[in-house]
Order: sequence, then structure tokens, then C-alpha cells
Amino acid sequence: MDFSETLKFLIDLSAVLLLALGIKGLSKVRSAREANRLAAIAMTLAVIGVLIDALGSARISVDAWIWITLGSVIGCLFGMITAKKVAMTAMPETVALFNGCGGMSSLLVALAYAFTPSLLTDSTTSLSNILVGKISIVISIFVGAVTFTGSMIAMAKLQGWLSTPGIMQRKIRHIINIGLAFISLIGISTFFSSGGETGLWLLVISSAVLGIGVTLPIGGADMPVVISLLNSYSGVAAAAAGFVVGSQLLIVAGAMVGAAGLILTQVMCKGMNRSLVSVLFGGAIASSAISGGQNGSNEYLNITSCSVEECALTLEAAERVVIVPGYGLAVAQAQHTLREVTRILEASGIEVNYAIHPVAGRMPGHMNVLLAEADVPYEQLKEMDVINPDFPATDVVLVLGANDVVNPQAKNDPTSPLYGMPVLDVQEARTVFVIKRGMSAGYSGIKNDLFELSNTSMVFGDAKKVLGDLLLELKELGISGKA
Amino acid sequence: MLLLGSLLGLELIGKVPPTLHTPLMSGANAISGITMLAALTLIIKAGNTSNTLLLVLGAVSLGFALFNVVGGFLVTDRMLAMFSRKTSRK
Repeated sequence: MDFSETLKFLIDLSAVLLLALGIKGLSKVRSAREANRLAAIAMTLAVIGVLIDALGSARISVDAWIWITLGSVIGCLFGMITAKKVAMTAMPETVALFNGCGGMSSLLVALAYAFTPSLLTDSTTSLSNILVGKISIVISIFVGAVTFTGSMIAMAKLQGWLSTPGIMQRKIRHIINIGLAFISLIGISTFFSSGGETGLWLLVISSAVLGIGVTLPIGGADMPVVISLLNSYSGVAAAAAGFVVGSQLLIVAGAMVGAAGLILTQVMCKGMNRSLVSVLFGGAIASSAISGGQNGSNEYLNITSCSVEECALTLEAAERVVIVPGYGLAVAQAQHTLREVTRILEASGIEVNYAIHPVAGRMPGHMNVLLAEADVPYEQLKEMDVINPDFPATDVVLVLGANDVVNPQAKNDPTSPLYGMPVLDVQEARTVFVIKRGMSAGYSGIKNDLFELSNTSMVFGDAKKVLGDLLLELKELGISGKA
Repeated sequence: MLLLGSLLGLELIGKVPPTLHTPLMSGANAISGITMLAALTLIIKAGNTSNTLLLVLGAVSLGFALFNVVGGFLVTDRMLAMFSRKTSRK
């Protein structure tokens, strides 16, 4: 081992250690931010390692430098702009976008290696190594392509650019997807037998379409799980790319992300009481809901709606208030207005807490991020298990743009598709106000029995506007109350 | 190596509070952009063969990967910044 090799080894080792520490730290609130930086430093180290290694063994040509600079500058620039500009509410789709690009990158590298076999032969010598290289190329292309198109679809669906086309909810989609997977296999075997380009293109195209076919039918509520899973995939793609170029660091890091992503996916599934299999193959729950709903009708009866004024009066008389935020809050960007409202309530001695369902919003932790942005004290955010026993002693619950996570059907109606999903027991509270734009169903497309209960009142309107009006009403009440 | 990495990953994500799911996901996502190392290696190798197509492919790939990495870390930092502001005040 000469000097540059030893150096490279040491750098790689420390990079892996830092990455491991980074992931570890990210799982604790206190250390998360430092951990994120640590991981970033580890990445920089890894890049330096590759450059040093290259300088040691062979010089880097001027051409290479030019293209490296070009690629990095453009990538960094776009990354920075996107990261700075994107709104906090659009976080899930942003992660999907970044993730897709990671998959794309692995795909391109593998393609480049596949088209120029000479690259493979000079990095690996023995015949078995070439076979390993070829297998890795195929895996990298397949997983990379699925990750890319899958992530793009996930992003488009979260942005609302795309809805699930009817045909994708039928059983036939499974046949189509299996067919696509089969075509990928044909592509792979053609690549192995003849090494030709035809097989490769077949593989690229069929796996890309497969990515679309698998992601498209999945309902929005399950999207976070899908993104997490795709994230795990992109780790696998990176690990495969590591085998292709013969970088151990890449293999370890990729595997780490792959495994971490898988665990995270599992944790998320548990939060929704759904198995991974049902998320992946169940498709949109909406389709089964419409056909299998016990009551048959999705019509609402006995809806009580009330004015903002009444809502304000009730709030003012309350002692304990619990806020249940949902995606509607994020869409309306109403978190700051909400914070204003709760400030007033707190100022007049009312206890305010926030009930955070594990899958509220479109991504676990989405609501926490959103409320943190609006300066809500961390201590007031209560997890479901903590807050549920408190609902009977709660005077007023404000449901803001949440729906399925407060649906009592999940507890009472065994025929409901939601049955078994842990929900917030808001109906136990004395009064429930549901602020909602209209009577439309939640993400699952299932009717919410909560809205028909006698202690529930609907306040129709955009969350931000309603909260703004509420704020004015409360201010008036506050002044008259003190005078 | 593969096994080691996987085990490490499994070990590290034992228990995560739901609060941190999104940041963790986006952080892990940034790390998955480590595939940029592969892109880098590709460019360096291609530089010696002076194959322009490969160079371009590598550069595009590097661009995509860096977009993932830089964007991923910055976004994660932005998210986490909100939490830390909270804890420091209280």
C-alpha cells in the first residue's frame, strides 16, 4: 500500500463513520441538525477521497476536470435554488424530486458502463468480476429507472398535477406491471447473452414504465410510504453503482440508506396500521371504499354547520382546547394565523395542545415541521397515544383540514376500509369544530361519521380565512371580556 | 460490505420519533446521492479515453447526483433549523 492508497482508505473509513453517526444523530431531535451537517461533511470527504485516489493512480485529464466542474456547478446551483425556494408545505414532493434525480444518476452511470465494456474490464480483471459488474449494471439500471419515474409520479401526484386514472384502479394493472417486469427480464437476458444494446434499451424503457405503473395507482395517503420506499430503492441503486465502479464506500453507504429507508417505511406503515404489501398492491383505498362501504351511501345527513362567531364564543368559554391539524392547514398556509389564534387563547388562560396523528398531512412529521415554522412550542405537540386519553376532558377540538385521521369509523365499523387504523378520538370531546372547505371526502375517499355527530359543528371555508375571521372575533371578545 | 452496510442501517434506525420522519427521510435521501462518487469515477476514467459521449453522460449524472445531495442537505437543514430554534428558546 503506497501513501495515496492508505490515505484513500483512511478517508473512506472516516466518511463511512461520519455517515453512520449522521444517520444515527438524525433520529434524535436534539442532535439532528449537527448530524445533517456531519453527513454533509462526510460526503465532501468522500469526494476528496475519490479525487486523491485518482490523482495517485492516474492523472485526471483536463477534459475530465472541465466536465466535472460543469456537472457539479450546474447540479449544485439547481439544488441550492430548489432547496431555498420551495415552500415548507411542498416538502414531500421536493424529497421525491431529489430522490428521483439520485436514481437517475445511478441509472446513467450504469448505462455508460454498459455501453463501454472496456470501462468494466479495466476496473475489474477476472471473469467472475466482470459477471458481478454486469449484474450490478442491470440492477442499477432497473432500480434507478424505477426510482426515477416512480419519484416523478409521486411528485406529480402530491402536487396535484396528476390523479389516478380509472384504469389504474382495476385489477388489470397487476397484469400490466407483471408484463413490464417480464419484459425487463427479457431485456436483461438479451443483455447477458448478446451484450447488445437492444436488451439494454428494452430494460431501461420497461423498468421506467414499470416505475410509473407501480406508483400511479397508489393513493395519496400512502404516498409518504412510497417515497420512503423509493428512497430506499435509490440507496440500493447507489450500492449497485458502487459494485459497478468498484467503490466500497459507495456500496456501504448505499446499503445503509437502503436499509434505513426500509425500516423507516416499516415504521410509517405501522403508524397507519397497513402492511407494506397492502400499500404496494392495494392501490387507492378509495376504489374498495365505494364498492364495499357498509352504508352504501356517501351522503351526509344531520350536518350542523355554524358561523365563525359561534365558534369563537365556544372557544372563549373553553378551558382545554386541542387543535388537530391536517393537510388542509398546510394547503391553506394557515399555520401562522393558527398560531395567532392560539396565542390569544393562551393569553386568556386557555390550555392549548396540538394532536399530531402519525400520518397527518402527507408525510410523517409534516405537521410538526409546519407548526414549528409558525413558532408553536414543541412541548404542545402531542402524539396520538399521549393525547387520546385526554379527549374526554377536552372542551373544544378544532379540526383543521384533517379528515381520515379523525374518522371514528376506523374504530366502530369493521367493514370500513379504514377499520383498524389508529385514529384520534376527537368525538370524545365536548365540542368538535371541523373547519373544512366543503363536504368532500378525505384522502381515502371515505365518508366521515364524525361530521354527523351531534357534538360536531362544521365551519365551512378555507382554513386561513376562517382562522383569520376567528382571530378578529376573538379579539373583539377579548376586549369586551376584559373591559 | 453490502451486508455490513445493511446491518449498520438497520441498527441505526431503531427508534425514531415520528417528528423526525420527514427530516430523516430527506437526510437519508441526500446520502443516497452518494452515487455521485460513481459519476465522478466515470468522468475520471472517461477523461483518459477521451470519449466525449461518456464525459457528457458522466457530467449529466454528476449534475443529477449533486442536485440530490446539495438540495437534500439544504432542505433537511431548513427543516431542522425550525426545530432547533424552538428548543433553544424554551
